[in-house]
Amino acid sequence: MQTEELLPAQRADLLRRLVAGELPDARGRFGPFGGRYAPETLMPALQRLEEGLQRFLKDADFQAELGRELRDWAGRPTALSPAPTLSRRWGATVWLKREDLAHTGAHKINNALGQALLAKRLGARRIIAETGAGQHGVATAAACARVGIPCIVYMGAVDVQRQAPNVERMVQLGAEVVPVKSGDRTLRAAIDEAFRDWVSDPNGSYYLLGSAVGPHPYPLLVRELQSVIGREARAQFIERTGGLPDAVFACVGGGSNAIGLFHPLVGDASVELIGVEAGGRSAKLGENAATLATGRPGVLHGTYSMLLQDKEGLVQETHSISAGLDYPGVGPEHALLRAIGRVTYVSATDDEALDALRECCSAEGILPAIETAHAFAGARKWAATHPGKTLLIGLSGRGDKDMPTLSQVFGGARKILEEAGG
Amino acid sequence: MSTPQAARPRDKITAAIRKTTAAGGTALVPYITAGYPQKDHFIATLKAIAGAADVVEVGVPFSDPMADGVTIQRASHTAIAAGVNLRWILRELTAAGPFAAPIVLMSYLNPLLNLGYRELAAASVPAGVCGFIVPDLPIEESADIAAALDNQGLALIQLVTPATPAERLQRLCAASQGFVYAVTVTGITGGAKELPAEVTGYLDRVRALATLPVCAGFGVRRAEQVRNLAPHTDGVVVGSALVEQLESGGDPVVFLKALRA
Repeated sequence: MQTEELLPAQRADLLRRLVAGELPDARGRFGPFGGRYAPETLMPALQRLEEGLQRFLKDADFQAELGRELRDWAGRPTALSPAPTLSRRWGATVWLKREDLAHTGAHKINNALGQALLAKRLGARRIIAETGAGQHGVATAAACARVGIPCIVYMGAVDVQRQAPNVERMVQLGAEVVPVKSGDRTLRAAIDEAFRDWVSDPNGSYYLLGSAVGPHPYPLLVRELQSVIGREARAQFIERTGGLPDAVFACVGGGSNAIGLFHPLVGDASVELIGVEAGGRSAKLGENAATLATGRPGVLHGTYSMLLQDKEGLVQETHSISAGLDYPGVGPEHALLRAIGRVTYVSATDDEALDALRECCSAEGILPAIETAHAFAGARKWAATHPGKTLLIGLSGRGDKDMPTLSQVFGGARKILEEAGG
Repeated sequence: MSTPQAARPRDKITAAIRKTTAAGGTALVPYITAGYPQKDHFIATLKAIAGAADVVEVGVPFSDPMADGVTIQRASHTAIAAGVNLRWILRELTAAGPFAAPIVLMSYLNPLLNLGYRELAAASVPAGVCGFIVPDLPIEESADIAAALDNQGLALIQLVTPATPAERLQRLCAASQGFVYAVTVTGITGGAKELPAEVTGYLDRVRALATLPVCAGFGVRRAEQVRNLAPHTDGVVVGSALVEQLESGGDPVVFLKALRA
């Protein structure tokens, strides 16, 4: 396991292999990152999942079913929208890839639907999922209802509070939601708990992991299912503008929407790719979730990647106003993309994200998720130093789920409610 | 520099278990989370337990113990909050040893990776640590750490489970060092109230493949279970039940002696 900096020749070779579709390799490695660090009990199940992925993901029958359901049920392709007001204000040409318009309101449905269909073919009796912001939980609950498999969602107790509307949605969609009160009571603890459930029933249960993290083959599986975002966006962009954007932005927590948008563009050397992490309250350890910016390599949740950890190798608690980015790890492919210099990772603070959220609402009539707003904040900053460029922002999800947080921060409805009541 | 065969720390683990089985007994491998429930009682508790055990498993607390049930999760988080970590454990063991039984550290991979495998192996020998159990390290990912531990004659103990396919079981039994850790249940530590009925057949299969002693763990709590397992295993690992004893202020030595009764 190498943690030292990569040599220029190694970087170039890894980029070439990534573009050629050779990564992850047979051991689940993206260069030095990735792998399969799982309890022995799960090894046969991970092996079966890998075999299932190899068998079905290239299978014409499976692809036809997935394509049909993505179109007829999930509402794909999603729109590519010009953002005229933001373009004017920022002095740039801004386009938005509208994953907020996908069924259940975020990119998460691409992965949830694909994996639920795979789980069905693999004969799963029940599906387990974790959720942070609740978007993956809602998407999984919906996909399980559609496919007809019972669904259990683990959600940190802190996130249950701040994403209450999504809890109700999951319940209405027939999922059993289990609040996780152990550990840090956010996404990370929910993943721990989902793994514990899976360890107890590795044969009958299917773990539908929601981000591009976890032991091999999850980072590959999630990337393949989310790459529909980048493939569509690339084709739409060429069709609408005759070219490619100068820079592409996506928010990064575990990194599933970002890898879905970036991966099909990695081979386009002229396109600058920029991931925006959660800068939280400050750059101090524990006050953000900017894993790629400030982490060190380590192993968490089955993968070797960048990790926010203290000097003893204990995983650090994180802070972000957005539950979906509040995670101390990141997908191994992002760790590679950073190491080879293909993607630049920056961060946006809680306040910058909230500010960007308001701007997107007033300028374009779109309420993005707080997670997504980080990408807008990063794009705005970049545009200020790169005038006249063409930007594509991955609008990964809508912000309806964020009402409890937004009401608390802005209190926009409070006065009206008081007036109506009084 | 290679360690002479007879003095390898990992052989002490095997020898300690064999000494008890040769006398017709079942080896006892108690587990404690280091520094729990009280950090400053760690060494005293460990010495008492080592006196009543064949091998002692010392848990390095980790922030994300994903193979552990509620008891060891609670113990881990409390110990971490009190400032217990790998470096502290190695320092304490080095200062207070030697102990009456060989020590095995049970740790998730990241704290070991963070310290560095060579430094870990070098610091283990004077601490009386003879081997490691790493629940999130499958054999496929173990080459680097195994090489570093091997250099100091330390054991990397493999876990096998009821879900392990036959061929893999054979491979893990052949690769294990010290003993073979046979996980008795498909699940997390401390979860099961009763051991599954098919556990004896499974243990017999493991034992038939292993040249090293086999110790059964996960869900072992009572003397009656130990008696029932005895014909099918060389030793038993007792974790969550012992940690619960320590939490409630019970005497761990009395508890361990009762398990052998």
